[in-house]
Amino acid sequence: MITFILNNKTIRTTEHSGMTLLDFVRYEQRLTGTKIGCREGDCGACTILVGTLSQNSMTYQSITSCISPLGNAHGKHIVTVEGTNLKDKLTKAQEAMKANYATQCGFCTPGFVVALTGFALSNSEHNYNTALDAISGNICRCTGYKAIEKAAYQLVDNLENQDKHTVNWLINNEFIPDYFETIPQRIKDIEAKDFNQPQGKYVSGGTDLYVQQADHLADNEVHLIAAKDKLKGITIENKSCTIGANSTVSDLWNHAEINSYFPKLKQHLKLVSSEQIRNMASFGGNLVNASPIGDMTIFFLALNSDVTISNDHGNERTMPLKHFYQGYKTYDLNDGELIKSIHFKLPTNSTFFNFEKVCKRTHLDIASVNSAIHLTIENNNISEAHVSIGGVAAIPKYLHETSTFLIGKPLTSETVINANAVLQDEIAPISDVRGTSDYKRLLGRQLFFAHFTALFPKQFTLNDFVQHA
Amino acid sequence: MHKHNSNKALDSKLNAVSMSNKQSIKNLDSYTHVRGESLYVDDVNIRQGTFHAVVFDSPKAHGHIKHIDYSKAEALEGVVRIFTYKDIPGKNQIGGIIPDEPLFAEDEVHFWGMPIALIVAETEFIARKARSLIDIDIEELPVITTAKQAKAKGSFINAPRSFSLGDTEKGFAACDYIFEGETFSNGQEHLYIEAQGAYAEPLENGNVKITSSTQGPTAVQKTTAQVLGVAMHKIEVDVTRLGGGFGGKEDQATPWAVMAALATYHLNQSVKLILNRHDDLRMTGKRHPYESTYKIGLSKDLKILAYQAEFLQNSGAAADLSPAIAERTLFHATNSYFVPNVETTVISCKTNLPPNTAFRGFGGPQGMFVIESAIAKAAHEIGVTPRQIQEANLLDENDTFSYGQIAKQVEAKNTWNSATTLYNIEALEQEVEDFNKQHSDFKKGLALMPVTFGISFTNTPMNHARALVHIYLDGSVGISTAAVEMGQGVNTKMMQIAAQVFSIPIEHIKIETTNTTRVANTSPSAASSTADLNGKATLKACNALLQRLKQVASEDLKVSEDTIELKDGFVYCNGKKSELSWTTLISKTMLKRVALTENAHYATPEIHFDKTKEKGHPFAYHVYGTAIITTTVDCTRGTYEFDSVKIVHDYGKSMSEGIDLGQVEGALAQGIGWMTMEEIAYNDDGKLLSNALSTYKIPDIFSVPKEVEVIPVDTKGHDLAILKSKAVGEPPLMYGIGAYFAIQNAIKAFNPNYNLKFHAPMTPEKVLLSLYDNQLI
Repeated sequence: MITFILNNKTIRTTEHSGMTLLDFVRYEQRLTGTKIGCREGDCGACTILVGTLSQNSMTYQSITSCISPLGNAHGKHIVTVEGTNLKDKLTKAQEAMKANYATQCGFCTPGFVVALTGFALSNSEHNYNTALDAISGNICRCTGYKAIEKAAYQLVDNLENQDKHTVNWLINNEFIPDYFETIPQRIKDIEAKDFNQPQGKYVSGGTDLYVQQADHLADNEVHLIAAKDKLKGITIENKSCTIGANSTVSDLWNHAEINSYFPKLKQHLKLVSSEQIRNMASFGGNLVNASPIGDMTIFFLALNSDVTISNDHGNERTMPLKHFYQGYKTYDLNDGELIKSIHFKLPTNSTFFNFEKVCKRTHLDIASVNSAIHLTIENNNISEAHVSIGGVAAIPKYLHETSTFLIGKPLTSETVINANAVLQDEIAPISDVRGTSDYKRLLGRQLFFAHFTALFPKQFTLNDFVQHA
Repeated sequence: MHKHNSNKALDSKLNAVSMSNKQSIKNLDSYTHVRGESLYVDDVNIRQGTFHAVVFDSPKAHGHIKHIDYSKAEALEGVVRIFTYKDIPGKNQIGGIIPDEPLFAEDEVHFWGMPIALIVAETEFIARKARSLIDIDIEELPVITTAKQAKAKGSFINAPRSFSLGDTEKGFAACDYIFEGETFSNGQEHLYIEAQGAYAEPLENGNVKITSSTQGPTAVQKTTAQVLGVAMHKIEVDVTRLGGGFGGKEDQATPWAVMAALATYHLNQSVKLILNRHDDLRMTGKRHPYESTYKIGLSKDLKILAYQAEFLQNSGAAADLSPAIAERTLFHATNSYFVPNVETTVISCKTNLPPNTAFRGFGGPQGMFVIESAIAKAAHEIGVTPRQIQEANLLDENDTFSYGQIAKQVEAKNTWNSATTLYNIEALEQEVEDFNKQHSDFKKGLALMPVTFGISFTNTPMNHARALVHIYLDGSVGISTAAVEMGQGVNTKMMQIAAQVFSIPIEHIKIETTNTTRVANTSPSAASSTADLNGKATLKACNALLQRLKQVASEDLKVSEDTIELKDGFVYCNGKKSELSWTTLISKTMLKRVALTENAHYATPEIHFDKTKEKGHPFAYHVYGTAIITTTVDCTRGTYEFDSVKIVHDYGKSMSEGIDLGQVEGALAQGIGWMTMEEIAYNDDGKLLSNALSTYKIPDIFSVPKEVEVIPVDTKGHDLAILKSKAVGEPPLMYGIGAYFAIQNAIKAFNPNYNLKFHAPMTPEKVLLSLYDNQLI
């Protein structure tokens, strides 16, 4: 039985664990404030909060309920817009939206309100930029966003520029209703035991699977793995990093030590989907989705990562990620096997990492081409190089030839230009809705150049690589 | 309020009207919006036993249907019935302007996504599953996807239309410069976040009530009656509110409502039909793509002496609103410029795309893009800035539009000059130039975009509306109009009018749903005219009631009627507050058996248009404005950001600045989206490729301009605008056209060898290919 708290109400349901959380709250619970916009996590109209108990307090994250299985709510506190309402007055997030004319047709509005409430509840920094990040997955077709931006800023001001607030402070200052105070104890009390997962499709966050086959998942058994602790966690040992396949992009985003190794990590991850999706999407899922354009796959390929795969019997094997992919959407994984973790060596003082992505819309979009690079430079010579690129082949591509070419070469514009010639021979883009092959070829070149101007701004500018007036 | 990031120096230059009281009026719907308590069609309570429906549509763009096998779908448990054209008791016809569009395909399909059948089941899930079990065999016919192909094959919706002024032959003969060229502007998906949908319920005697997410309740009522073969009074259409419309629910909300009603009619059970996003994207039409050619002639002093354009409109597989949209292209073909010799022609081309339809601007933006392209091309060739040509040709008082209307209360030069001086255009241009000198990997570009947009339905008979105002026994007020609230704030404006006339708090007033039984025979909420038409009707009704109330008060207080005034909930005599309160006055009026209900009709005066001569006075007035758009292009990656958009806009005397500013900012973002990232793609077989939100991108919070500044031009407003507050829905969309030219100017700064192309949208792909156009790779 799936057990959780929905707003202020305990739910025990035998509904299919693979149905979407959105359908459950809207049609089973008649909470119609959560809207249906796209059913693929791309508009944010169905944004809800998921509260997880850890050490006697709740951690809240926003997610898009349209691509989240009901079963993942087990043991959680789920908050819809109705669950944020105060009696006869508006919360701070609601008031900010109203006061700034940030609602027009109102259809996207609950999603924004919930995401902003989640922002107030979160432990992240509370500044104007992070407030916008919190609503980066919410699309509005009416306002042109300037009014919503003002509302978000007003909310930050209401939070008095403090990063963390107690639940009591948030209740007393009308950010959330007072029942939130009772939630940690009630979550403990409902004793949501792990339930036996049936044989069926493995589903973690669901962010890819529910876009592709929501009907199928709602009609067939699913094996939910998001709650499996053994597949979670980011650990650092012996200058290398191990990421559990069930860890989410947000887990990486929030990891202080990893951020110190990758100073531009948040900048890079901001290009990967939206906050709502980052809160759900698992790394293992990104790898096995096997999209030729998967952002995190491209990221890990350039880090020359290994993946560890386990099977039903507890046997494990480890292989380089760059050898994992075999062809379009095919890879080296047998029935009953799961990716357990991803490992890579951490950067050092002499290594340089960069990630580039270009799409029609910079944020919450799928790339036309994305690329990552990891270089070791010793005495201005490239001693190790790993370059990956997406969107230009049937698989997320590790550029073996280009990487090999770079090794042992001096870090000069001539090297970069010549390496691009190798790169161009190594890729085979096709024309599709993300762009023509000519464009992807040119963009591949440009992003390759961009790695060097971004990593070595004192050494290179665009002029060093291209001829123009 | 209107100015963001203002400074004192700027403030002192402004003579903006003080509107503090107007600013304080919030959108009155926002309270329930922010609490998730506003009711859209999918939120209304449904009756027990309601069935759910899914549309089965054509998997090919053109062909003969040879065979359809529904047997497996019908056998699925939970499937109630599948309806096809054979189940239509009336006419299988939903075309509004031209009867050329069946509700369900009969023997032929004409576009990919064309409805063929309606599957009704116990749940939507079952209906969708049943849909996947239908086998269809189609003998394919040749597919036309572009307007040019259609023209070559002689495939048209109707006869071409042409407007002309002066004598273009003589005009071109007198020119020092003549340029010709071609342009393309792509379609645009409305992407209302609430998809299309309707809910139909059976009433007594075979009557049907439809709750529809439509901008045009009367169109839904009329078409349903026609398809069911019943009289209109048997169909009631109710609209709570729309989760966005933008024109997409003016005509194309109708089929889904009719289908739900058809199933209800047969089954005597409630039926809900809400399109999922993919179905909506695939089955509905969009803004019309245009392929156009132009010829522009200028004198040495940059006066445009002659302009010719031929617009090929990609109308899709049926007329829908295409003829009206084509007409508006001609009305706005010369935008804010006076051109003495004009010859424009529009051809509505029939293709195998979903019938394209109304979208904010309604053909106007497509026309304006062409003349702005012609100006950019001319400027480039002559070696001047587009600004010089734009400025030399702005409309003046008493200039004649190509359709014969004489321009009055013209603000084209006023908004232009205000924009260029208040925002200091020379300094902005210098900034761009300096930046471009200093940076090789990023380039800035700037463009100005003046806009002149006519307000009224160009089909004169549509310019009317009604309001039904009840004052209830306790003094509270209920207002019904033909206006559909879809985010534009029309409910708030209607309440403001009544609150102002009666001088009672807004909390005492309620705006009812839009319902065909309360307000009949309405025009759709469209053409930016909703607040004007319905507001004037409301004003008229409220004033009539006010007169009656004053009469009762004068009898009661035994003073002459002309000394009486209603203020802040009390009757005032000669400016002095009396004991008689609003509520007491209402009870006394009731006791005297004086009607507390008024039904008013308003029809816009002065307007007329003769389609045989293509001349007349079709617009109540025009809205003017000028925008300055600045962009920065990343020349490594081909991406761009908009630094700022600075606008001087003609609101007249805005009755609600916050709401109107929201319309400007929202329209601007849509216009920029149309010109930049929003790319509709069909393959040669007529299949929509941009068929999901993952492949069709609209602006998000990070992609709109970093700074949007809007200054209202100081004018006295127009008498035909409601409370002199001009229509604001569509005109600002066209400021977004400037985005195209701003980016183009940045590209030119990086790559002087770039050949100017006028092919919108300017996606990052086109930017990157242009940056390196004619360059060595």
